[in-house]
Amino acid sequence: MAVSTASTLTQTPIPQVVAHEVPRPTRNWVDWLTTTDHKKIGIMYLVLTFAFFGVGGVEALLIRLQLAVPDNTLLDFKTYNQLITMHGTTMVFLFVVPVMAGFGNYFVPLMIGARDMAFPKLNALSFWMLAAGGAVFYASIFFNPPECGWTCYVPLSSKDYLPNGGVDAWIFLVHLTGIGSLVGSVNFYVTIANMRAPGMTWSRLPLFCWTILTYSVLLILALPAIAAAVTLLLTDRHFGTNFYDPAEGGSPLLWQHLFWFFGHPEVYIMVLPGFGIISEVLPIFARKPIFGYKAIAASTLTIAFLGLMVWAHHMFTTPSPSVVLVFFMVSSMLISIPTGIKIFSWIGTLWRGTIVFRTPLLFAVGFLGTFLIGGITGVFLAIYPVDWQLHDTYFVVAHFHYVLMGGAVFAVFSGLYYWFPKMTGRMMDEKLGKISFWTMLIGFHTTFLVQHSIGLDGMPRRIPEYADVGHLGLYNLISTIGAFILGVGILVTAINALRSLKHGPVAGPDPWKANTLEWFTQSPPPKNNFDAVPRVRSVEPMKDIRAEIERRTNEPDPVSA
Amino acid sequence: MRRSNRIPHLSRAAVLASASAIALAVLLTLLLAGPAHASFWAPQHGGSPNADRIHTLYSIIMVIAVIIFVAVEGALFYALWKFRMRPGAKAEQLHGNTRLEIGWTAGAAAIVLVIGIVTFIMLPGIRNPDDSDADGWQIPASYQTAKDPGLLPPNGKSLNIDVNGQQYAWRFVYPDGDNDRQNNVTAYEEMVVPTGTTVTLDVRSSDVAHSWWIPKLGGKADALPGYTNHTWFKIPRGKEGVYTGNCAELCGRNHANMTARVRAITPEQFTQWLARQKAAIEAAGRGAQQYRAQQAQNDQRSQQGDASQPSGEPVPSPSTVPNDATSPAAQR
Repeated sequence: MAVSTASTLTQTPIPQVVAHEVPRPTRNWVDWLTTTDHKKIGIMYLVLTFAFFGVGGVEALLIRLQLAVPDNTLLDFKTYNQLITMHGTTMVFLFVVPVMAGFGNYFVPLMIGARDMAFPKLNALSFWMLAAGGAVFYASIFFNPPECGWTCYVPLSSKDYLPNGGVDAWIFLVHLTGIGSLVGSVNFYVTIANMRAPGMTWSRLPLFCWTILTYSVLLILALPAIAAAVTLLLTDRHFGTNFYDPAEGGSPLLWQHLFWFFGHPEVYIMVLPGFGIISEVLPIFARKPIFGYKAIAASTLTIAFLGLMVWAHHMFTTPSPSVVLVFFMVSSMLISIPTGIKIFSWIGTLWRGTIVFRTPLLFAVGFLGTFLIGGITGVFLAIYPVDWQLHDTYFVVAHFHYVLMGGAVFAVFSGLYYWFPKMTGRMMDEKLGKISFWTMLIGFHTTFLVQHSIGLDGMPRRIPEYADVGHLGLYNLISTIGAFILGVGILVTAINALRSLKHGPVAGPDPWKANTLEWFTQSPPPKNNFDAVPRVRSVEPMKDIRAEIERRTNEPDPVSA
Repeated sequence: MRRSNRIPHLSRAAVLASASAIALAVLLTLLLAGPAHASFWAPQHGGSPNADRIHTLYSIIMVIAVIIFVAVEGALFYALWKFRMRPGAKAEQLHGNTRLEIGWTAGAAAIVLVIGIVTFIMLPGIRNPDDSDADGWQIPASYQTAKDPGLLPPNGKSLNIDVNGQQYAWRFVYPDGDNDRQNNVTAYEEMVVPTGTTVTLDVRSSDVAHSWWIPKLGGKADALPGYTNHTWFKIPRGKEGVYTGNCAELCGRNHANMTARVRAITPEQFTQWLARQKAAIEAAGRGAQQYRAQQAQNDQRSQQGDASQPSGEPVPSPSTVPNDATSPAAQR
């Protein structure tokens, strides 16, 4: 018996169904409101951010509906501008960044063998700040949502051009979610730096924790810039200062520099934890150790460092000296080197493995194939004379959706399918998962691949209507159809998740035969995470533990012998 | 018990789905590339040397990108197919390979270096204006208006046009070199330029940020209040016609309708057009002078004569004076 178990360990990660009751999450809402348990906070983060993902998705579908045919009059210009602003803001500030914090909150303490975050109460604070920011921003739909795009460039966002309260709501959203993220980041940093299990040296830290650590450092460095930027905007709007008004000695370029000093690292804040999820998922389903652990960790740090120095590549068309353009072009191009290292290492992880096609792996591979396209189009945009043609067109829209939707969101879905059993004690449905994946993949590429051509054909971003010149009508119709296919795919996963909460097969502590410590405890984990924290001896502690169990089972009992 | 039943592998449904996804992608590509629409693969060009050179640079990078794309995706799909879970297969427990890792880092760096070198070779031709053609419009010596000689063609001669973005239209002013800014030719909506002639643009804004962009005439230049941005184009002889574009920076509710038009005409026609505009401005100026003189006379008369007489005599008002230069309708 023991021998056959040993062979299944390395070969078939079929969930071992452990027939016991899955503890139900408490229904006492006061418990949830006042909790400082990192797992409950993580769940609340995930529920809230996925809700915002749904809202942002509906906004996206409305935008695509408006653009489906030329000269459409479905939405008026005001509503359209409000929609693009809300879609962008929601996805960036209320979904992709905090959803990573959600996974981080739930899994960082578990992965490093800690019993909670370093500052549990601050952890709760950062969640409630996010919730408050979302509430403040969405309250503006009852009067006037902002109309200036998610970048809120001055002078359009100044009081002269948008006197109503929408921009103010946006400013407070940035402040509140910013404080939340800052507090959360400090918490992550302190937790990872100080609360690792015995034996977990820096070189044995799970790659997901490395990326969350980098995410935190980037947030700590970048958030002050946007906090300053929006504070200056607030005083410009209400207290008579003129930081951004050229007529009074201010400069609209100042806004762009401050905004993108935050805004570019923000891109890496959004995708790096996604890279971390991929680095966790691929080895499990290839049944192999991650290829080049140190190279991946080092490239994460390199990307973060370079990511802080490339912000002005969003400003290649502004009046800037050539030397500035050249510097930012070169630094942007350099980012493709560590990113390439990551992609090669991931493929190296799959190479000579025994790849098990479960849903988390499908999403991870979908991420790999898709993110590559986003990375390559990034090189086009980094070269500033080429960017002069591509900037602010649908080519850019396609590029960053390939990075953020095909990249970060596919990684998040991979993480969702991968960690759902740990969080709920139940597996998600494989069949629905696969249907969802293929629908999303087809929908995604139909939506966004053709948008490159829309941009090359001369269609700028953020326009509610266009003339049917070239093939814009056809391209846009294809894109809209794709968006709805994508929407259906996402809906299938939502249904899957909700259904599996009650009806999923019971997962047991370690359904995937995974390598990191979170699988050492029950699913879902008890309040203090671990009965006993094992000593970590390698980068794959669970593998060591299983080997140890196998050794002990096989060796003759010294007492009876 | 047959273990292979229990091993998850590429199910028939997944194979079917991937096959149909690939088929769909191929079909769409054929459908779209079928009309042989150039802008499916590359940015628009053909109106100006800088647009053409950007197109060339883009195409070079595209070739490199396609090679990388095919190689990496190929490796990925090969790995997924070749190393899929099969009964009895064992994963190689390999943690890394330093030589391989250094190798692909160096490879990636080499590709970046090549792209960088190509870019720097192409850059001056895209950024710096060319001289006008010999058979272009003969630019009067007084027309050198760009302060920075680096923004002018090597011979220092270009038709410099002041482009001013305003919610939601572009205003074009043709400075003629003298200090009188009142007599400069001005146009809204449509910029008229001679072919074979280098046109340099000073791009400004008087309200919010806009972006000047005619895809076939080269790259964008943001119009930012408080700043002057520069770009240039030279439409070749024989490519007379209308070139259009959109404002490319969100500038408010009517952003989509802030279009830009450049009408290229032959240098001979341009000389005539310019003369007509100048004449119209002079006529307008004369009309305004007449009107003012008439008003002054009326005022005098009403002061001298009986005060009860209404002073509003039918005099030509400025709006009825044919004002070719400022009325957009007159330029069509």
